[in-house]
Amino acid sequence: MATKTQIPIVDYLVLGDDPHLEATECTSCGARYFDRRNACASCFGTDFTTVDVPTEGTLRSFTIVTFAAPGVPVPFVAGIVDAGGTSVRTNIINVEPDDEHVKLGMPVRLATYSLGTDDDGVEAIGFGYEPC
Amino acid sequence: MSSDDIYILGIHMTKFGKHPDSDVVDLGAEAAMAALADAGVTMADMGILAAGNLMNASAGFGQQLQKQIGQTGIPVFNVANACATGATALRTAIMAIKAGECDMGLAVGVEKLAGAGLLGGGGGGGKSDEHKWEPSGRFGAVAGVDGRIGTAAMPGTFAQVGMEYLHENDYSGEAFELFARISVKNHKHSTLNPLAAYTKEMSLEQVMGDVMIAYPNTRPMCSANCDGGAAAVVVSGAKLKTLSKEQQRRAVKVSASVLTSDPWQEACQVLPDVNTLTRMAAEQAYEQAGVSPEDLDLVELHDCFATAELVHYDNLMLCEPGGAVDLFESGATWRDGSTPVNVSGGLESKGHPISATGIANIWEVCHHLRGEAGDRQIEGAKVGLAHVIGLGSACGVHILESSAA
Ligand SMILES: [Zn+2]
Repeated sequence: MATKTQIPIVDYLVLGDDPHLEATECTSCGARYFDRRNACASCFGTDFTTVDVPTEGTLRSFTIVTFAAPGVPVPFVAGIVDAGGTSVRTNIINVEPDDEHVKLGMPVRLATYSLGTDDDGVEAIGFGYEPC
Repeated sequence: MSSDDIYILGIHMTKFGKHPDSDVVDLGAEAAMAALADAGVTMADMGILAAGNLMNASAGFGQQLQKQIGQTGIPVFNVANACATGATALRTAIMAIKAGECDMGLAVGVEKLAGAGLLGGGGGGGKSDEHKWEPSGRFGAVAGVDGRIGTAAMPGTFAQVGMEYLHENDYSGEAFELFARISVKNHKHSTLNPLAAYTKEMSLEQVMGDVMIAYPNTRPMCSANCDGGAAAVVVSGAKLKTLSKEQQRRAVKVSASVLTSDPWQEACQVLPDVNTLTRMAAEQAYEQAGVSPEDLDLVELHDCFATAELVHYDNLMLCEPGGAVDLFESGATWRDGSTPVNVSGGLESKGHPISATGIANIWEVCHHLRGEAGDRQIEGAKVGLAHVIGLGSACGVHILESSAA
């Protein structure tokens, strides 16, 4: 029996040949969520389906965090990506963390990276968006 | 005055800053007793106490306070609503009077935060140092998400709120410098406020050259954690008619009292939306009060970060939609401008003892409407607006008018 060798940082990151995020979509109004909802916060509907979130988007806002809680490595670029109409909270990775390189409105795409391997040999995979 | 109206009869804020020798009950008692004295009434006149101390929200602060200043058996509402806790306490007392349950009430907010570090963020999901990746929490996270999947800490959150506004409005200038200049304004204003935690003027170079917390907010562009308390006595118009001419003269009319929460918006699950609920609260408040933004002689708004002040110019409709940068660049929001904003110094310099903030901003407005603001008096001020945001989110907007009596 094959053992699981990779695990995503969060359950809405889908690994494999074509890593992407998935969202829970309200079948009535189309509102999307990355976590479970008892009813849609927009229309109170209770039927949901799972949809793929586009891997490319544009950077709608960002900050460069240089002071954070203990254990959080700094600096890092945090941002909000408009991925084809679905807003995603993410780090902006593979870029110099300064306002010369990170620009509002710049096109970005999903990228994954390793968070390390645990005692059972399972590798955790994180995601971010990088300039493209 | 109308019997149906609500008035601030007495109000007080303590000095904001470090109070190492006072605990939260001491600070709350100082604010409450001074507000009662300012109103010319006692605890025997109070029909309700609404009290907030967010950092000890389960401790029954209101009852602790009663034991310091007077236990009369009245109902106590201990409220917690993030940074809108003080406004929520006031709103609670006002609702009790509007409901006809009593004709006078006391609202108190207090916090001890001097020396506190970063608020918000930091948690979420599993621990990164575990030897086994195990999903936990609502996102099935195997590691802490703050810093790996964006940020939920306050400075970065509000930085993104401001940057998003610039993006939406195609701003092409220097974002960092723009926001820093807002902070320069508020620090300049604070030099006239002896109760502010920080009263030093800061140059643009000093603001921009200080420690960066979360671009584009440096340390002086963030609200100052400090200790402080504030309290207000509210009274019905009918009761006020039975009080002295002097009490009637100094009473400040609460023309609008509104509390909202954040309605669903597409992006609100990834970046708290502090805009829509503020705009809703402002619209309701202007409607209730029968005033328009142009009528405001001063505004105290929730500049928890310099980036937040800009968006609230727009949310409170102090400018045309999308016009916040132009409003600021026009000089309108300086104390000698057409719509002075945060003449107290704002949260960036006056300080932000969380639960006190939503009453302290009303104290500031009342101080001007009563003509008692001394060196920083906005001459002839008749109408003012006070706004707070608690992330999560809650928004309080109050419009106040000087008494015609
Ligand atoms: Zn829905």
